[in-house]
Amino acid sequence: MQQTTFVSGYYLDDKDLVEGIKALQDKNIEIADVRTPFPVHGLDKVLKLRRSRLPRAGFIAGAMGTAIGFGFQAWVFTEAWPLNFGGKPYLSVPSFIPVTFELTVLFAAFALVFGFLLSSKLGPGADNVIFDEEVTNDRFQILLEVSNGNSEQLQSELQAVGAEGVQHHDV
Amino acid sequence: MYKSFEFTKKIKSYLLAMIVIGAVLAVAGIAMNLDHTHRIWANVLLNGFYFTAIAMSAAFFVIVHVLGESGWHTAVQRIPEAMSLYVPIGGVFMLLVLAGMHDIYHWSHTEHLDEILQGKSAYLNPMFFSIRTVAYILLWSVLVLWFRKLSLKSDSNYDLKLFNKQRGVAGVFIVLFAITSSTSAWDWIMSIDAHWFSTLFGWYIFVSTFVSAVAIVIILLFVLKSMGYMEHVNDEHLHDLGKYLFGFSIFWAYLWVSQYLLIWYSNIPEETIYYVQRIEDFGFLFYANVVINFLAPFLILMARGTKRKLNWLIAAAVIVFLGHWLDMYMAIMPGSIKHPEFGILEIGMTVFVLGVFLYAFFRNFAKAPVVPENHPYFKESFDYDNIR
Repeated sequence: MQQTTFVSGYYLDDKDLVEGIKALQDKNIEIADVRTPFPVHGLDKVLKLRRSRLPRAGFIAGAMGTAIGFGFQAWVFTEAWPLNFGGKPYLSVPSFIPVTFELTVLFAAFALVFGFLLSSKLGPGADNVIFDEEVTNDRFQILLEVSNGNSEQLQSELQAVGAEGVQHHDV
Repeated sequence: MYKSFEFTKKIKSYLLAMIVIGAVLAVAGIAMNLDHTHRIWANVLLNGFYFTAIAMSAAFFVIVHVLGESGWHTAVQRIPEAMSLYVPIGGVFMLLVLAGMHDIYHWSHTEHLDEILQGKSAYLNPMFFSIRTVAYILLWSVLVLWFRKLSLKSDSNYDLKLFNKQRGVAGVFIVLFAITSSTSAWDWIMSIDAHWFSTLFGWYIFVSTFVSAVAIVIILLFVLKSMGYMEHVNDEHLHDLGKYLFGFSIFWAYLWVSQYLLIWYSNIPEETIYYVQRIEDFGFLFYANVVINFLAPFLILMARGTKRKLNWLIAAAVIVFLGHWLDMYMAIMPGSIKHPEFGILEIGMTVFVLGVFLYAFFRNFAKAPVVPENHPYFKESFDYDNIR
């Protein structure tokens, strides 16, 4: 059998997936990636993933949105182009609140979406390989990287921890 | 396995001491204000309503999870459930308010009503008001006790029939409470300023009491945990309760701004009078209300870590609980006593009613196992975590 670069095993249930990962980790087999159709409870903990930095990006961008939104309106309505609305003072804080709020949400949302695309290497022009289309449907896939031509061994390890099916991938 | 709660003599005597101290202070306060009965009755309404509505919101908390078929809440479900059983007791305070109607609601002086209030008199008259008050209390008590009965049934045996029945009762509850939570807020709170009206007032008051109900669940959880109970409640449950506290504090602020902004913009005297009174006579408290109830929980609970640490969570919960008492104060007092007054009467009344509330809670909490162990989703509540 020819050598490939990745071996994957899939499960049909998220609980089995987590058990399988634990069993592989017990055997000191390094897991390259795990792909699931939806976020699986407890997976972060098992894979010992670092906490996402996205919330921080969201907060900073949101705070910027607040400052820019409020500051811009304050500048426009007092300095650049003061207009009188219904006899209200030029610096009318209540009327700035909705726009400030919307800009906070907009900035935070942009930071989160683009931050996510950036950190996940997604988006236009990204070059990602989907090993198995079914991971977007009902399969939970463990991906192991082949080193020193041990793909046969990895296949049997995956079968030993109860994977429903094993595939070889060449990238 | 789950240590059932025992209502020991020690807890009982602490709570009785609290009730007695509160009662003594309240009586002293009443004695000092006998020539100022507005203030006495406004306080009865304030604390009577606040804690009754909290009990009802606690029931809503359980109901909404039953309807949403959530699993995590089953770990803490019995706390809000026991809180909700205060409704019939709180109803007694609300019935007391009927006796003080003339001191709180100026529309009840039927002999001299102006043109506007005459127009509203088909709805706002003492007779119909009393009927509605009694109806709310009876209806709410029946709903709360009915649901509790079904919940207790699950401790002996749980089957699909019971599960479906709980959902059915929850559906009835939520429809009836959707209507009565709004109308009761109009009747008991909004009609104090009888000329003024706001169409989102019912939700504003409901959210206010719902946030305090969540805060009290957290506080009681802390108390129970420090006594060595509820050890099965883990960080994930705290995180979810924290999210409730955080999210609904923001929702409260959203409604606050929605109400204020529209009135500020349109600038019609019959509407602005509500805020003119509050800003001119209660200035500091008016702004403190927003800071305490929005900015404090918003900033404290924004980070993930603070929602998962009981010490931070409890700080936010206490702030929110006291803050929404102030919110109720701001809703009731300007229309009834005109100028801010705070003293032995307010403290005594609050301590007394809070004592009764807590006594009822612990008594009812001791009557049932601390978790509905047979609930089909009970296992699920230990089998999830909040995605990082």
